[in-house]
Amino acid sequence: MGQITLQDVQKSFGPVHIIKGADLEIADGSFVVFVGPSGCGKTTLLRLIAGLEDVSGGKILIDGKNVVDTPPAKRGLSMVFQSYALYPHMSVRGNIGFGLKMAGLSKDETNRKVEAAAATLNLTPYLDRKPRELSGGQRQRVAIGRAIVREPKAFLFDEPLSNLDAALRVQMRIEVTRLQKQLGTTAIYVTHDQVEAMTMADKIVVLNGGKIEQYGSPLDLYEKPANLFVAGFIGSPKMNFVTGEHALQKGAATIGVRPEHLKIERDGAGGWQGTIAVAEHLGSDTFLYVDAGPLGMLTARYIGELSLHAGDHVSLVPDPARIHRFDASGNAIRG
Amino acid sequence: MARMATTRRVVVSTIGAWLFGFLIFFPILWMVLASFKTELEAFAIPPSFLFFHWTTENYATVQERSDYFLHATNSIIIAGGSTLIALLIAIPAAWSMAFSPTKRTKDILLWMLSTKMMPPVGVLVPIYLIYKSFGLLDSRIGLVFILCLGNLPIVIWMLFTYFKEIPRDILEAARMDGATIGRELVHVLTPMAIPGLASTMLLNLILAWNEAFWTLNLSTSNAAPLTTFIASYSSPEGLFWAKLSAASTLAIAPILVLGWFSQKQLVRGLTFGAVK
Ligand SMILES: Nc1ncnc2c1ncn2[C@@H]1O[C@H](COP(=O)(O)OP(=O)(O)OP(=O)(O)O)[C@@H](O)[C@H]1O
Ligand SMILES: [Mg+2]
Repeated sequence: MGQITLQDVQKSFGPVHIIKGADLEIADGSFVVFVGPSGCGKTTLLRLIAGLEDVSGGKILIDGKNVVDTPPAKRGLSMVFQSYALYPHMSVRGNIGFGLKMAGLSKDETNRKVEAAAATLNLTPYLDRKPRELSGGQRQRVAIGRAIVREPKAFLFDEPLSNLDAALRVQMRIEVTRLQKQLGTTAIYVTHDQVEAMTMADKIVVLNGGKIEQYGSPLDLYEKPANLFVAGFIGSPKMNFVTGEHALQKGAATIGVRPEHLKIERDGAGGWQGTIAVAEHLGSDTFLYVDAGPLGMLTARYIGELSLHAGDHVSLVPDPARIHRFDASGNAIRG
Repeated sequence: MARMATTRRVVVSTIGAWLFGFLIFFPILWMVLASFKTELEAFAIPPSFLFFHWTTENYATVQERSDYFLHATNSIIIAGGSTLIALLIAIPAAWSMAFSPTKRTKDILLWMLSTKMMPPVGVLVPIYLIYKSFGLLDSRIGLVFILCLGNLPIVIWMLFTYFKEIPRDILEAARMDGATIGRELVHVLTPMAIPGLASTMLLNLILAWNEAFWTLNLSTSNAAPLTTFIASYSSPEGLFWAKLSAASTLAIAPILVLGWFSQKQLVRGLTFGAVK
């Protein structure tokens, strides 16, 4: 079991209010990702759940029990750090088995579990090496092995893949997701990479300035962003925002259209007129950055190759069903 | 051209380093040489460097006149004991200051160091009187205690700086792994701090071994370490250079050997953090 509930969790460092009241319900076995810009409090919130920081207010419930006064060692969670934080003086075996040793398991049982975990993570040949004799990816695996071997109530990951190169990141991303599904253990994963967030999460928590902006499934966030911040943060390239007359016509202060929901017409008279400033041809996609005069710069995405170039005139027609409307305070208007 | 210049620079700096090293080492060498001379030759002018009548009679006399092994044992007990106790107190102290500092931590550290700024002679009389009433004069326990207290600030400071270098994450990982504070100290922090601990221990051993103020003032015979043993050779009957040298050579020999074998560790410990 590993159900985690946050009730109005607050955190201040001295006079600075960092987490401004977080409420969250994390179901047992789900994979929840915290995303948000740098400095928004993702790590802080994770460390509060871990118990590495004390809350300034509110409650954290693990399986219904308030743990704010429970030390990290007793919360039954395990954590994978961005820096890996392996014990440099212990072998891979020692690193993975340390938690079991602390829990008082017998040598035989510890060895059996460590070897099973190592086998899952393809670490068997390295069991007797020291961390400094491993590559970055292998160290990462050891850190993950250390987390899974204890069969915790939940895994906490703080940007665990950010020190890996791009190819390895993709591979590890898949592996971590697969492992989590296979074990069925609750996971909370911090990242500021929204591709990681969208691909790994069952549910995403979007944080901004210490507040939860939205909590929902990846597609929820993509299709029904709760406000301007989420709309702009989720999706790449970013959503286009248009204010003024066009927005007022739709009964909104701002309207947003994703680049993939703009139809590109070479010489149409309708839609939003503009001149291409930059055209990016990726083969699989074509991205157009269009100077649309009073509407500002708009981004459009075309799936496949489109032979348009800088300086060409285009008309962008928003898909009416895919227009997001926001009121003056930035909240989404539904219906 | 460039290569020649660097070769010349290497040669010059090597010669310079050797000269400097020799200069530092010279008094010790001279002392060892003097210990093999006769009393007359020991202060002959001009002094003879190597061509004199080599003799070991000073060592025989010294051993006959005073019990070297008693004093050496005392030195080992006093230096070793005070170092051990200082470490036992300093490890948790430095740990708590390095890993859960409060607003006052800096002040406490400075205050500890400030006790080293006071000349020890300032408290000689009160300490002497206290020792007298508790019957600690000329006792090993008394000396262990005072040297331990005297060096504690330095030990805590050194350990604090080493502990500061240890990434917090690793200790937090241990906490997440279910380690209590005690086990975190034993299984994670201490092994990682071993280079720092070793050099702190060595430095403190050397300091305690050579400490002369308190040992001279608080011990006479039974508990007297080698420092007192040396001092007894600059006696009212006059200076006996050769015998004094022999006694000093005997006194520094153990620590010199220890220092020689651990020099790598010492240098590494003392520059830990500076170079990494
Ligand atoms: N121990 C601390 N003392 C004071 N301020 C802190 C402390 N830890 C974090 N902060 C502040 O809290 C804010 C949130 O930090 P946090 O590390 O949670 O951000 P983050 O969302 O994880 O950012 P990043 O993506 O860069 O890792 C930052 O403004 C940071 O300066
Ligand atoms: Mg962070």
